Amino acid sequence: MQALLHQLLSGLANGAIYASVALALVMIFKATHQVNFAQGELAMCATYVASSLIQAGVPYWAAFALTVAISFVAGVVIERAVMRQFQHASVLTQVIVFIGFLILFNSLAGWIFGPTLRSFPSPFDPHAWYGSTYLSPHEVGMIGVTLIVLSIVFVFFRYTRLGLAMRAAAENPQSSRLVGIRVGWMLALGWGLASVLGAVAGMMAAPIVSLEPNMMSGVILYGFAAALLGGIDNPWGAPIGGFLVGMLENLAGAYLVGSTLKLALALFVIVGVLVLRPSGLFGRTVVVRV
Amino acid sequence: MMRAPLGLAAVLAAAIVLPFLVSGFHAFQLTQLVVYAIAILGLNLLTGFSGQISLGNGAFYALGAYVAAALIVHAGVPYWLAPPLAGAVCFVAGYLFGLPAARLEGLYLALATFALAVVMPQLLKLDALARWTGGSQGVLLDKPRSPWPAVIDDDRWLYLFCLAVAVAMFAAAWNLVRGRTGRALIALRDHPIAAGAMGIDIASYKATAFGVSSMYTGVAGALGAIIVGFISPDSFTFVLSIQFLVGGVVGGIASIGGTLFGAGFIELVPNLAKHLSDDAPGVIYGVLLIVCMKLMPGGLAGLVRSARRGFAGPAVPHTRS
Repeated sequence: MQALLHQLLSGLANGAIYASVALALVMIFKATHQVNFAQGELAMCATYVASSLIQAGVPYWAAFALTVAISFVAGVVIERAVMRQFQHASVLTQVIVFIGFLILFNSLAGWIFGPTLRSFPSPFDPHAWYGSTYLSPHEVGMIGVTLIVLSIVFVFFRYTRLGLAMRAAAENPQSSRLVGIRVGWMLALGWGLASVLGAVAGMMAAPIVSLEPNMMSGVILYGFAAALLGGIDNPWGAPIGGFLVGMLENLAGAYLVGSTLKLALALFVIVGVLVLRPSGLFGRTVVVRV
Repeated sequence: MMRAPLGLAAVLAAAIVLPFLVSGFHAFQLTQLVVYAIAILGLNLLTGFSGQISLGNGAFYALGAYVAAALIVHAGVPYWLAPPLAGAVCFVAGYLFGLPAARLEGLYLALATFALAVVMPQLLKLDALARWTGGSQGVLLDKPRSPWPAVIDDDRWLYLFCLAVAVAMFAAAWNLVRGRTGRALIALRDHPIAAGAMGIDIASYKATAFGVSSMYTGVAGALGAIIVGFISPDSFTFVLSIQFLVGGVVGGIASIGGTLFGAGFIELVPNLAKHLSDDAPGVIYGVLLIVCMKLMPGGLAGLVRSARRGFAGPAVPHTRS
């Protein structure tokens, strides 16, 4: 029973990371109907930036804030400079461009920062009072940070004019333009926010998985699984899907398939959801008119 | 098109003579190029002609390589029989993967195949399969010997063997896309609903396209295993799938001749760029994928086609690529 509880709770901690990544994916999907295959690599690059800042002597939380700001700008720039060129291109073209970004960022990180593993500090004291036999302080902190970020995102979209404008732009670009919303900038803003979410996920994941160019390749797969499970067009579904996938991963890894097949579980969830229930648990069924 | 057979004959003649004019290492590179060309052709048939996005063809390449290795090492199958057998296995595997995948549209198929490619190395490391796959150590294969050592050495013999397979497979692909099946696939790509209304069995054609693509890729994988003589799970990471995608895109994703450009590109660029850094090829791939999509979405083949049209007078209508 204790072991089961331990698996569930530490699954919840991993799930926090998947939830952030999934929400980042959903945010871009909602606004542009694109799936950002490079989301994980963007997060990895952000984590390298944070690592370099910390090594240069910047205190952790200052480096955290700086990295968030840099990621935001980077996301906006990528949307403005490159992605908007492909706004009306075919799905194949868009996928290829994202894959281009994926391999580009992955290789650039390897080139600039070297292929060796870097350790990344956790901001949470390993002997803090909130640690327990079930969850380490870092895991508790990870869940806490994710919940705070999710709340901020919720408040932003629900209670601010800018959030409302972004929702409108994603829902109905034409009408939004008519009421004076600058739809193009809203998309760029969405990209910025998504890349911030990814950066936070990367910085939280790095103390566990170690910082290296391929650190997010597993995480992004679980992020996809989470986003699809929750419904890829549902911002509420994404975090729920993330926590579910995290727990599922741990339970299956401990009792069902063993740790070597954990990643295959993500493939299984992705294909299973797509085939059995393409709209996910909470998504809308899309009806296309021809 | 009276010039076409002549041009083809010239290309073929050059392909036969070329390895005898260069060093052994370059002959090996040419062999690798031919193998890549078959793999890229498999991707083009699926993504270019039937419009299904696959980011996971590297997984089928791995499957072909491992089936061939298991057959040669454990079942004593002669090396020349391994590629067709591996191709048959891959056809079945691809068809089965294609059955559920046929329900997925564009983006979602890309997601599923992406996951397949990322997961593949882990599957190959499975302990349960280690008897045949060798686990993370991989499998060593003996290099095939030339039947007439006095006339032709091993490297060049292998090259000619791969070339013969490639010629047969290119001819088959050429006929496939120009026949009834090819027209059905192109119709599926350009307008699935209209294609369905015309009586094309969408699910069956999509799954078949997956099977055929996987067969091509699997044969290439088998040949790749034979010429390199060693396979391990880490040679079949997601980067391999990206390489095929780059080759397809640079050459022209809906083109058969373009696969040769594409294969040359992914064979040469890493060799040239490795001097800068191990990661330089990836950077070049990434930039190129993005730039290509903007400037020449039809790849080199598209560029050649439009240049020819420019010289030859009025444009002829052709299918979207």
